[in-house]
Amino acid sequence: MLKSEIPEGSKDIRCIICPTGCLVHIENVSGELIIEGHSCKRGEEYAREEFIAPKRILTTTIRVENGFLPLVPVRSDKPIPKEKLEETLKQIAKTIIKAPIKMGDILLKKVLGLDINIIASRDLAKA
Amino acid sequence: MKSYEVDVAVIGGGSAGLAAAIVVKKAGLQVLIIERDKELGGITLQCIHNGFGLHEFKEELTGPEYVQRFINEAKKLDIPSKLDTMVIEFTPNKTIYAVNNREGLIQIKAKAIILAMGCRERTRGAINIPGFRPAGIYTAGQAQRFVNIEGYLPGRTYVILGSGDIGMIMARRLTWEGCQVKAVVEIQPYVSGLLRNQVQCLEDYDIPLITTYTVTKIHGKDRVKGVTISKVDRKFDRIIGSDKFIECDTLLLSVGLIPENELTREAGAEISEMGGPIVDNNLETTIEGVFACGNVLQVHDLVDLVTAEAKRAGLNAIEYIKEKYGKKIEKREKIKCISGENVNYVKPDLINKSDLSKDIIFTFRVKRPDRRILIQFKDDKNKVVFKRKRRYVIPSEMIELKLNLSEQQIDPDCKSLEVEVIPRPEVLIEED
Repeated sequence: MLKSEIPEGSKDIRCIICPTGCLVHIENVSGELIIEGHSCKRGEEYAREEFIAPKRILTTTIRVENGFLPLVPVRSDKPIPKEKLEETLKQIAKTIIKAPIKMGDILLKKVLGLDINIIASRDLAKA
Repeated sequence: MKSYEVDVAVIGGGSAGLAAAIVVKKAGLQVLIIERDKELGGITLQCIHNGFGLHEFKEELTGPEYVQRFINEAKKLDIPSKLDTMVIEFTPNKTIYAVNNREGLIQIKAKAIILAMGCRERTRGAINIPGFRPAGIYTAGQAQRFVNIEGYLPGRTYVILGSGDIGMIMARRLTWEGCQVKAVVEIQPYVSGLLRNQVQCLEDYDIPLITTYTVTKIHGKDRVKGVTISKVDRKFDRIIGSDKFIECDTLLLSVGLIPENELTREAGAEISEMGGPIVDNNLETTIEGVFACGNVLQVHDLVDLVTAEAKRAGLNAIEYIKEKYGKKIEKREKIKCISGENVNYVKPDLINKSDLSKDIIFTFRVKRPDRRILIQFKDDKNKVVFKRKRRYVIPSEMIELKLNLSEQQIDPDCKSLEVEVIPRPEVLIEED
């Protein structure tokens, strides 16, 4: 990672690795990350990731035409950068899929041009 | 009346019922799943978020993905199921009465029954709130079903009462669907769900979490127009003058889950004070040959733990049938498990004395969060038979201990074991 890619400033991040919930302070001091308040290695790593590039697996639903149910649950096959979640959701909201669907089917390919697909979370038969 | 005969009947085709049925079928016994919904899968199907499967499959799955794997396996094993079929009664001699719209009333005679009916949502939070009964009040799980399965939004602006996991997950879900969640209100001074959900579902979206407050009035006559929340003291009594009005059109209740006990109780099985039926270390209820597993026994944090428990119930049902139809079962002497200091409940409720040489899985929850504590098991003469240190305990995390007490030389006359969670004295004990 280039020093210039590390965000400026500082942040307090609540660690979710275990229920202890350490409050980890992370600060960019001229390109070097100072991390304090964690009590384990995994916590340090978590805080670093959350500071530099937070990502989330997106789970939502897509409308289905002629299905046993009107919706199919879906997820992103990789974590999505947090700032792209809203746009991805809007894209998904415009989509309608035809039944039948199999778990793992790619329903939206390379969403927003990212290397991320939206896949079906379950089988869904025709009505 | 149409009549069926099977070795094992499983009531409920969700995550628990599927896992139990698969174990039984693999052992070569006849099994039948009875499910009231029109498809197998249960509540896990509506839990479309991820975080499941890390124990069972060593990978992170969504709820539907997790349960689809079991549905696929049940299909591959040709496990028969009766869908859209409601059990209305079962008897101590293990006859089940059920109805569906194809056969009417049917009768299923089984050698063993596995109860896997899951739990239902507490609505108590709503009953005590003054106001009219307008539209727009839902339990969190009900709203989850509308949004994730049926494709309806129950409202636009929300207040969520209770910080259970489903409530927090719904807060994020509704935000993603373009709704506004004004606040999550929690009567306790701490969050009742997992920290992970507090951070990723509330803090990520700046949804205010208001602790030591509760909803004291629901406004609106035909439709919810808002709620009044008030601060409470330590006894949960409303503090006068602390009222705040929040405008919203929907109130969601996420105030806990309770095992679905109706059938079990009517059959005459004893129900424990803190939820599900009383069971021994084989997960057998007080009715011989009737086993319980999953959320109908105790509310679990994770579906993975439900699966593990259901497999045990399945194996024990198989064992039971082998014994019962091989040789006669002797009446077993039992030791009672008692919830002591800071223990909300403990499973099993009973231990067969003859099983003391085997590994026994204990599961329990604490009443309040604590740190640096000692988990201690004492016999009825106050002799400590087991102790273990733990760094923290919280009510939302079920504690599971697999113990072998054979070395502890438990007194043959021992009638009970008490489990307690106490402050740790400053001595060195092995940490888990």
